[in-house]
Amino acid sequence: MTMQTNGITVSTATHIPLWRIRLKLAWRSLESNWATFAESPIGLIGLGVIIFFGLFALAHPILMHTVWDSATYDPQMGYDMELAFHPADPSARHLLGTDPLGRDILSQLMYSTRYEFVLGILSAVVTVVIATTIGAVAAYYGGLVDALLMRLADLVIMVPFLPILIVLSSFTEVGMFELALLIGRLSGVGGNTIVIKSQALSVKVKPFIEAARIAGGSDFHIIFTHLIPNLLPIALLYMMFVVTSAIFSEAVLSYFGLTTIKMSWGIMINTAQTQGYLLRFDTWYLLLPASLAITLLCAAFYLVGRALDEVVNPRLRSR
Amino acid sequence: MWKFLGKRLIQMLFTLLLFQAVTYFLIDAQPGDIADLLAHDPSIPPGERDRLRAELGLDRPPVERFVKYIGNFYTGNLGVSFNEYPRQVTDIIKERLPRTLVLFFTASMVSFWAGFMSGKILAWRRGSFVEYASTIVGVTLYTVFTPWFALMMIWLFSVKLGWLPAGKFLSPEVWITAPISANAVFGRLIATGFIGLTVTLAGFIISNKVARKSRVPLRVASIILPLGGALLYWSLNGLGVWGGDMLSHLVLPVLTVTLIAYGGSMLLTRTSMLETLREDYILTARAKGLPDKVVRDRHAARNALLPVWTGLVFSIGRSISGGIITETIFSWPGLGLTLLNASLVADIPVAMGTLTVIAILTLVSHLIADIGYAFLDPRIRY
Repeated sequence: MTMQTNGITVSTATHIPLWRIRLKLAWRSLESNWATFAESPIGLIGLGVIIFFGLFALAHPILMHTVWDSATYDPQMGYDMELAFHPADPSARHLLGTDPLGRDILSQLMYSTRYEFVLGILSAVVTVVIATTIGAVAAYYGGLVDALLMRLADLVIMVPFLPILIVLSSFTEVGMFELALLIGRLSGVGGNTIVIKSQALSVKVKPFIEAARIAGGSDFHIIFTHLIPNLLPIALLYMMFVVTSAIFSEAVLSYFGLTTIKMSWGIMINTAQTQGYLLRFDTWYLLLPASLAITLLCAAFYLVGRALDEVVNPRLRSR
Repeated sequence: MWKFLGKRLIQMLFTLLLFQAVTYFLIDAQPGDIADLLAHDPSIPPGERDRLRAELGLDRPPVERFVKYIGNFYTGNLGVSFNEYPRQVTDIIKERLPRTLVLFFTASMVSFWAGFMSGKILAWRRGSFVEYASTIVGVTLYTVFTPWFALMMIWLFSVKLGWLPAGKFLSPEVWITAPISANAVFGRLIATGFIGLTVTLAGFIISNKVARKSRVPLRVASIILPLGGALLYWSLNGLGVWGGDMLSHLVLPVLTVTLIAYGGSMLLTRTSMLETLREDYILTARAKGLPDKVVRDRHAARNALLPVWTGLVFSIGRSISGGIITETIFSWPGLGLTLLNASLVADIPVAMGTLTVIAILTLVSHLIADIGYAFLDPRIRY
């Protein structure tokens, strides 16, 4: 973001620095986009749920340091000695009861939330970085590069995601971080790339790309300062859907017991299963909180994605 | 058309080969094999493990094994399962594939049809309470944690209401006295369903060509006739008890996968309809004073179908994944459950075999979707 590359010289008579004008413009577009976003209740509901889970995750360390003692309430190592039988029903002491190993479920739920966020956002960022770069490069150069990258994308779409993850994670040790990278890489070269590339193709023929080329911009410069910034809105949109699928995939794999993650929502359900409580519907608190949390957070990111879709794609708006 | 088909088939073959290569080497690169799993057994001396490796060919270099595997694969030999040792992988797949196919195709077709029908009505009634409520239901079905959803279905239909069995492929206590094997009964069930569906479909296609007056009776007949025929056949062939038992086990998994897939196709139809409704020809159709139903079904929905059909291609992978989860929860012994179990015990031939069959299934569905695209959109000709 340097002043020279822009090509437009702002008249110095006004004495307003360029960055302030840019900031003002960015703010104005943010405001109008927010107005479109806020028009649909589904986006606001989604955002509300995400903020709720954010606060939920933040509350855990605070509670651990103030109200909850670590011997009883630690999400992985805790054990409540005062109760004779575990799993225990919800009570004032344990708002959502305890799991078969005597650990507090609410504490587990809150503790896992931050990792779900990290996992979702990390895999989304990896996906977007890969997909935008590949999409922009494929659209800009075309020809052989394009053909190779798109065939690769076809291969990834053609093959269902979950079976591959099941096989890979059962043959190797997969933690939260590895899983995020794995999901990010797999979805980064797949369907997202094709969507972003088609957007890149429509940006590539715009006059300002031609202008940048005539001004002597290198390919690298054009791709990274002119092409990719224009792909970011649609990339952001697809990030939301990647977050949904990443959280979902992690939960399913952990539920199958294929990951080495210590504690997550999927692991909580896996614990209920390995201890034989899966089909015992009287101990609902072993399944319901974690499952509902997975569903809600996935749905929230999906809803935000849908609302962003209406911002990015004007043909969907109601007016 | 034929040229396109030939080209696509060759492309598919290459994709499959590439897929096999990638998965084979990925699996191979992971540490540990079947011999390591047996290492925990103290009764097996260390020398025996090396002998086992040599016998299963695990001591050869991976490239040599891969070339051999591919050679065997395309001559119809998928190897022998490590875990259920003398059993052929082909045999295992032959037994489990029909079960997965029934689950997958019934669910895909019903959910696509239902999703399209309800999606177009929802888009038409944009802003109403029904639309918001259905969107929320759709999103919930789309993002629901599948294992939990399947468990809730079990809880509702087999624990609370007691209507349907909770899982498994059949009830063993009923099958002790069965005269023929379960797979034979299942084969007859599939055949009945297939013939019945073909007759119904043919009846509906013909009914679109005949005069308006005889359309409804023909459609009713094309539903009632195969249904009655099937009931008659199963009550007379003496296998009704066992067929019914199998069918009752089939309902809940199919319903679960259908509902999961329904959310996606309903939401997609809604979005696609919303885009189509802004087109000028919809305005024209309305200005002509055509009834709402005609504008919606004849003008808008037909054009909105195209992106939904494309979306179907993407959703195939999703419903296969959903199928794997559902098979696991319902202990439905199909390909998904086989893949999961084989992966857990490092049974490479079975894992490779099921994964390849799943890939072939996906590739074929994509091809069918692409051919269907040409029928739906007259602008597309191959």
